[in-house]
Amino acid sequence: MRFPAAVAVALLAAAGLVRAGDGGTGRVPVPSPKIEAPGQCVAPTAEMRRNHMKMLLHQRDLTVHEGIRTPRFSLKNCVNCHASHATGSVLGKDGFCSSCHAYAAVSIDCFECHSPMRQANVAAVKP
Amino acid sequence: MNPDRRQFLGWGAAAVAGAALAPGLRLIELAQARSPEEAASALKRWGLLIDITKCADCDDCVTACSDENGWKGHGRPETDPQWIRKVSLRDKRTGYAQALPMMCQHCEHPPCVDVCPTGASFRRDDGIVLVDKHACIGCRYCVMACPYGARSFIHEEITGQKADVPRGKGVVESCTLCVHRVDRGETPACVEACNRDGGKAMVFGDLNDPAAEIHRRIRSEPSSQVRADLALNTGVRYQGL
Repeated sequence: MRFPAAVAVALLAAAGLVRAGDGGTGRVPVPSPKIEAPGQCVAPTAEMRRNHMKMLLHQRDLTVHEGIRTPRFSLKNCVNCHASHATGSVLGKDGFCSSCHAYAAVSIDCFECHSPMRQANVAAVKP
Repeated sequence: MNPDRRQFLGWGAAAVAGAALAPGLRLIELAQARSPEEAASALKRWGLLIDITKCADCDDCVTACSDENGWKGHGRPETDPQWIRKVSLRDKRTGYAQALPMMCQHCEHPPCVDVCPTGASFRRDDGIVLVDKHACIGCRYCVMACPYGARSFIHEEITGQKADVPRGKGVVESCTLCVHRVDRGETPACVEACNRDGGKAMVFGDLNDPAAEIHRRIRSEPSSQVRADLALNTGVRYQGL
């Protein structure tokens, strides 16, 4: 009898997720950051959602210690493409980085030192 | 073997040697910017040569560094960041006065790297001494170890950083030899400003490159290291000291 109970719990959990996923009815609304240049990211959305931090961490050590400055996974390139056209920043209430991290309760330290602003006269590099 | 045959083989050997050497291989590598995906090479050793006799009564190098890297003082000289500063020297007996820019000397054997407990202070393969601020815990051992007083601790919250020069509270920083510009194939901001507005006293280049002006000059002209007695083999050399 334990198995059907587990299935029921899983179904309930899935229903809860679905309900949270449509935005308005969950306790905390799911963020919907504005994508300024849809479909032009350096990797598919699912991969970026799960692995962007690993890409940034890997690139960070290559850049600082070896001077490898390929634009594909550079934080500067991310910011240049994802900064809001309204505020020029990836931070703020609807900022690309900060809205999801606030939802997930993940504190990011990047922008205590790095500039969150899009750089003027820089064309973002496509993959 | 008759002489004609011997001569023919000689020509053939010369042609083969020439063909083998020519494509893509240079006995002396030309100075050029690295491509972004290429790691810094230990074949290079970036350095500066500063001719103090030409060092004018200005602080263009300091201003240019501040503008390029986004550091500025808060009117608190004890704790303000200082990547480069003008130092005045005066001989007490003769009254002869000199001024020179002093910054990280980019040592081959840097004391700051020796004392760093986390490996944040490191020397890049091409001789540039840097702080990996991701690993820096702000202990300031390196600030105390540096004989040149080149390092600063960031005491204040910082906003409005330059995109190429991340800076934040609680870590140590110093002259990076404008590593972001060097990686693009440019010269450091202080050198550019000195040669544009100042006394044309600074030369930047690869100390290992026989074709570089800096290599030629330290070979053929007298130059000195500050605190040469410490045997740190600095990358920054002075003339007229």
